[in-house]
Amino acid sequence: MEFARRDAPFIAPKANVASIMRQVLYALMPATIVHVWFFGAGLVFNMLIAIMFCIGGEAGMMLARGKSIRVALGDFSAIVTAIIIAFALPPLTPWWVTATAALFGIVVAKHLYGGLGFNIFNPAMAGYVVVLVAFPVHLNFWVAPRIGDLDYHYVTIFETLSYTLTGTLPDYLTIDAISRASPLDAVKSALSTMHTFAEIHANPMMGDFGGRGWEWISNYIAMGGVWLLLKRIIRWHIPLGVFAGLLVPSGLMYLIEAGNHASPGFYLFSGGTMLCAFFVATDPVSAATSPRGRFVYGVGIGFLIYAIRRWGSYADGVAFAVILMNMAVPAIDYLTRPRIVGHIKHGKAPGA
Amino acid sequence: MSAPTFDLGNLHGGLRMPRRKDKSNKQPIQQVPVPQQLIIPITQHVGDPAQVVVGIGERVLKGQLIAESDGPISAPVHASSSGKVVAIEPWPVSRRLGGNAPCIIIECDGEDRAIELSEPITPYESLDQEILFQKILQGGIVGLGGAVFPTAQKLMHASITPLEHLVLNGIECEPYITCDDMLMREQANDVLGGAQILMHALGVEHCFVAVESDKPEAIHAIADVMTALQDDRIALKQIPTIYPSGAEDQTVQLVTNKEVPTGGLPTDVGCVVQNVGTAAAVYRWICKGEPLISRVTTVTGDGIAAPMNVSARIGTTVADIINFVGGYTENVHHLVIGGPMTGRSVTTDRIPLVKATNCILVMSDEEQFGHEQPCIRCGDCASVCPVQLLPQQLFWYACADNEAKLRGYGLMDCIECGCCDLVCPSHIPLTADFRMAKARMRELADEKARAERSRQRYEAHTERLEKEQMLRAQQLEAQKQAAREGGSKAIRDILERTSKKDAQDPGED
Repeated sequence: MEFARRDAPFIAPKANVASIMRQVLYALMPATIVHVWFFGAGLVFNMLIAIMFCIGGEAGMMLARGKSIRVALGDFSAIVTAIIIAFALPPLTPWWVTATAALFGIVVAKHLYGGLGFNIFNPAMAGYVVVLVAFPVHLNFWVAPRIGDLDYHYVTIFETLSYTLTGTLPDYLTIDAISRASPLDAVKSALSTMHTFAEIHANPMMGDFGGRGWEWISNYIAMGGVWLLLKRIIRWHIPLGVFAGLLVPSGLMYLIEAGNHASPGFYLFSGGTMLCAFFVATDPVSAATSPRGRFVYGVGIGFLIYAIRRWGSYADGVAFAVILMNMAVPAIDYLTRPRIVGHIKHGKAPGA
Repeated sequence: MSAPTFDLGNLHGGLRMPRRKDKSNKQPIQQVPVPQQLIIPITQHVGDPAQVVVGIGERVLKGQLIAESDGPISAPVHASSSGKVVAIEPWPVSRRLGGNAPCIIIECDGEDRAIELSEPITPYESLDQEILFQKILQGGIVGLGGAVFPTAQKLMHASITPLEHLVLNGIECEPYITCDDMLMREQANDVLGGAQILMHALGVEHCFVAVESDKPEAIHAIADVMTALQDDRIALKQIPTIYPSGAEDQTVQLVTNKEVPTGGLPTDVGCVVQNVGTAAAVYRWICKGEPLISRVTTVTGDGIAAPMNVSARIGTTVADIINFVGGYTENVHHLVIGGPMTGRSVTTDRIPLVKATNCILVMSDEEQFGHEQPCIRCGDCASVCPVQLLPQQLFWYACADNEAKLRGYGLMDCIECGCCDLVCPSHIPLTADFRMAKARMRELADEKARAERSRQRYEAHTERLEKEQMLRAQQLEAQKQAAREGGSKAIRDILERTSKKDAQDPGED
């Protein structure tokens, strides 16, 4: 009898890229719902636009590179990029801002570097940084969360759609009427005008740790992240590194001078910390590769987030922190190589 | 009774995977009858091929030497049954690269008559080391765990190093395979008898029998015989069920908590590892005079109607063995010799069972292999690698053919266990790629060595030519000098002579 040949092993792997990416998407679903509850349907529109342009960019680039479009779209990685971009953007964002982020992320940061697996920078963060620099006004426009304020105006689906498609609100509504500073912005400017953190925290817009409403979104993102940890889609090294890198310096500063610095809890539950720790920094392609290296990478991101928030000119520093640490990855990888069994020196393979 | 799993060394990574062992370990080992034809390859071991010592048409008896060991690393081959040698010709065998190898083909007469022993069996305790090694060599015994290194030579090499432990490897960590499990259950006596002989041969006072925790029956059987033997030099170690705990270096690491240095052998940390099957074969040869002419093998997989363990003669074809166990199922895809992680896929079942064949695995198309996708550097491969390599980096450098980086990242330390393949979400055939990269590197090293040799030859050649040239130039110079000196003298002579002549005879013009 004759048989077909193949190389060992003869047991098929169980995991596949598509299922990993799908589970990442599932993990963000609860947070999406909470986000929509607090800020209206803006996130959903941003998601749809980002998905459209990410998939379009991916398909176009695969076509231009003469590769199979079906395989690339089948791995869901472009959709994950789109969803993370949507989460990073404010709920009311004109479509061209979202499209620019999506296209830059996919076309330049991902495919011009060689596509999935070869990109040095996290595509979502690269795209976000570009629009952060190019459209600062749009990126600072946050609406108030639905937390029961008296003067609160809940933006309707129609108003959200109108702004998303045209960049203007209906005539009866002005931007000033609905826009609010994000908690990170508010704290930053209040600290710079000599308010103490205790005073700022007494403001009704602040919740237990971060801003009211905002911190709930962080909670749900963290829950999704913990679920990914339990499913072993991501490992603990990067999230823990990010938390350590953020909490240790902010905790020290807070201990030394509590009035002049925001609490570590505030930093943890504000802005993009949770999204970054569980969903952005853990992007395997652009992260460091060995467990030790990943912890170092996470610590670096956490520290940079703190440094930019505290001393930088941007309210949130997540995207810059990730991009900067992406650049450090080759060095981290080189310096944190594990000791090969049977070799003597730690971190050094003989002859390398 | 169960042995403790504590006081073991650590193994990095590894996999807990579906065992699929209960397919084949439900019934006792069955004897495959003598086939009509035996196909016995002359190379069934690592090292130099054995030299054929029988001619075509010669009648041979069971246990008769038909090819003798030739070279520093080699093992003899014996006839597995009585019959007539009908051909010595190339035949398909299970090698990594496929192809044929020279085999002795014996038409069996069915009488299965055994040859008489040339020397009587003597108690091994009375034999000294050298003689015992020679005897083990004559038995054609090789490592039966799959590596088939000639046992005698392994022992000889080990005996000149300081040794602490003999480790009997009954771990059998690969899925599907149960031949060592069944052997320990049914022949624990032979296994431990072999251990005593090996300890005597090596002069070690300590033996660990390492068995994986998912083999309670085997552990029980070994423990029973241990109680009966009352030999306190032998201890049982239960190893956690993690693949690849049974790979030689990993076994040493688990049992003794010492790492075998890179490029080294277990003897570097005072250990000799022998498979339990090898120990049993040593016992049967030394104490019963039965050379290695049969072995237990697991016939299993979704493609086999009734999976089981059989004891078959070396040289029985895989087709004969599969027929004996009841044939194939409908849905047959791959025929694998060895386990599902490290075995070799072969294209035909005409190949013979050899000393290395611990498993005949027939896979159906139940295993679905996806298409290779780009590496997303998830690092799952690195977290399961038992040698703590970074397969994702190695893969990168293997694609780029970067030899220096491959060496630096320890490609040569890869044990090809296949763990990284199994967890790769991008379905990259990492182990196959690494195997190829290793082969390429060996080739490069060979090429380099060849180039170095020819460089040396060329340099010696030019040097020789230069020397000759210099010598010639010196000779020439000497001749010239001689001629010059000689020449001027001659001219002076002539001038003198003519001037004399002129003086004597002035008025001629």
